[in-house]
Amino acid sequence: MSAPVERGLLARLRTETTARVALGRVGPAVPTSVALDFQLSHARARDAIRQELLRGQFVPEFPGRQVIELHSRAAAREAYLMRPDLGRRLDDAGRGALAGLNAELVVVLADGLSATATAAHGPPLARAIFERATGWRTGPPIVAHLARVALGDEIGELMGAQLVVMLIGERPGLSSVDSLGAYITWQPKIGRQDSERNCVSNIRPPHGLSIEQAASEIVRIAQEARLCRVTGVELPAALANLRRKLDGDGPAD
Amino acid sequence: MRPHKIEERTLAFRIDLGGTRHCFPDLRSLLAAATPLRSGDALAGLAAQSAEARIAARLILADQPLDLFLSDPVVPYELDEVTRLICDTHDAAAFSGIRHLTVGAFREWLLDDRTGGAAIAAAARGITPEMAAAVSKLMRNQDLVAAARKISVVTRFRNTIGLPGRLSTRLQPNHPTDDPRGIAASVLDGLLLGSGDAVIGINPAGDDTGTIATLLHMLDEIRLGLKMPGQTCVLTHVTNTMDLIRQGAPVDLCFQSIAGTEDANRGFGISLALLDEAWDATLALGRGTLGDNVMYFETGQGSCLSSESHHEVDQQTLECRAYAVARRYRPLLVNSVVGFIGPEYLYDGKQILRAALEDHFCGKLLGLPMGLDICYTNHAEADQDDMDVIATVLGVAGVTFIMGVPGSDDVMLGYQSTSFHDALYLRDVLGLAPAPEFAEWLQTVGVTDTHGRLVRSDQALAAFGSLPLLGDLRA
Repeated sequence: MSAPVERGLLARLRTETTARVALGRVGPAVPTSVALDFQLSHARARDAIRQELLRGQFVPEFPGRQVIELHSRAAAREAYLMRPDLGRRLDDAGRGALAGLNAELVVVLADGLSATATAAHGPPLARAIFERATGWRTGPPIVAHLARVALGDEIGELMGAQLVVMLIGERPGLSSVDSLGAYITWQPKIGRQDSERNCVSNIRPPHGLSIEQAASEIVRIAQEARLCRVTGVELPAALANLRRKLDGDGPAD
Repeated sequence: MRPHKIEERTLAFRIDLGGTRHCFPDLRSLLAAATPLRSGDALAGLAAQSAEARIAARLILADQPLDLFLSDPVVPYELDEVTRLICDTHDAAAFSGIRHLTVGAFREWLLDDRTGGAAIAAAARGITPEMAAAVSKLMRNQDLVAAARKISVVTRFRNTIGLPGRLSTRLQPNHPTDDPRGIAASVLDGLLLGSGDAVIGINPAGDDTGTIATLLHMLDEIRLGLKMPGQTCVLTHVTNTMDLIRQGAPVDLCFQSIAGTEDANRGFGISLALLDEAWDATLALGRGTLGDNVMYFETGQGSCLSSESHHEVDQQTLECRAYAVARRYRPLLVNSVVGFIGPEYLYDGKQILRAALEDHFCGKLLGLPMGLDICYTNHAEADQDDMDVIATVLGVAGVTFIMGVPGSDDVMLGYQSTSFHDALYLRDVLGLAPAPEFAEWLQTVGVTDTHGRLVRSDQALAAFGSLPLLGDLRA
């Protein structure tokens, strides 16, 4: 249906960008195949949003380790989407489940806006972090349902953690439904601001960051945070200050 | 003028309906309760407690005199420079024709056959954002369409935006890594589909001014090479734009995201003083050929609450206050990014449609060249069918411009907006044309025929010849 020259243009523009260019045109509309291709992408993103982590799903992923399962105060998906505040706090059972647990570094696997991403990349990434975080007393992996990033603050606080690493499914884009984010927070406690966290995003092998790259980056940030006793926007300046102090070229402030 | 608090301020608003007394402690809670239901107001704890309470609030609101909004600002004058801007620049002469009206009567005045667009435009500087918000809360969707349709707001830089019978588009060629060739490919694709008369505007993925300068030069070369009567923009923070101006980069328009309270604007890293400075610097370039509307603003309901700077005011009233900020700078373009913020502020297609119509009407009522980014994220209860309805209804309402994103899929920002094709659809079913200078140019370069219809893109390509970065297009 497309003329030969238009197919040539299509091929050429498509090599320059991942954007949906040179789609062709029927009247003011797109061809049928293009319309359906878009619908397929959107359907996959919608399914990823609705996906839930099953209770016990990750137990086989961590042989020999206890796996703790927690829920936020959001009762269901709709409440979770409408009330971000509910997704930032644990329900009573969840608070009880953490009683007596203690760790320096806590890794949380949270569904967020894409359980698909957490299911695909969460367990291997958590294992890779545990392997690399040799200087830390790590606790059991925590699985959090209907969770927002800040839920990690309450979990970490209850476990007396120095650092929490929240592995959470990112909002699905039309062409990437399985992107995982890692939010790293020093001295987690309720009320931490987003500016007090570091983020490693687009963890999505093979298209985005690999598990190895992400784990190395996360543990590097964790170690820097431990040295500087801070994460977030203040970390770079604190690091620079520390380096000056160690190099001895000039007074540190 | 600094408002003098009147006695009613301390009295609650109340009404008895069939044995139930509905009370609202102050004007801001009355406005919030009168607002059609949306998730952001519920999240803030400001929504009406029941469906009946919502209508009770509207019944009370309808009887309030417009004057009240001058004496009882929803955010204190002492605390907020946006309130001070609203009060201090209120035009009493423009207000004199409507000052005797209640909010309910104001709705009827706006819809009256005898009230034309010119009369509404003449009153604009006498209408405060809170008056606009209040009357919109008493209006059904069809009222918002019918009243907005009367108002035309015309602005100029290198072409003329906002004339009746016209629909402009912002060509939005974003790329996840700001790759200039990738962006050029999307620009070419859009131009071949008649998009870009409002502006070719890139949201950069990063803040690096070196990269942004490269993109500005590329867009300028494309514009000059094609002799296109339009303007370009890279949507970065005003401080970056001022840096780029100092470096001599080709800046046509100065962009900024704005909100309706001083605190929320501080969260965006801006103040009115900074915007004044940016406006002056951009005006001084004198790059417009037909006019000197040089600012481009984006807004969106919910931005104040998301930065916890909403002062217990509902999100739609705060959105209108952002328009007071915008109109100080006689912008070329303003658009609300209505569905971008997510379902915790606007839950589904119905709420996004309502907000889009409110934002468009209130913006036009306050005298702004109002466009809409008709859009949704994947976690909202919305899809292309919802966007089709919103675009069609906004087209009937006379929206100034919409976005043009390749295939609706913004691969950098990760959301869905209107496509180049969607604009073609609207122009087709509603008989609308691009800005006149741009429409003429499309014909001259051979993208459209003498009837303004698109020709085959291979023929148009041959007419373009070549484009920076993409080389000879006839090859």
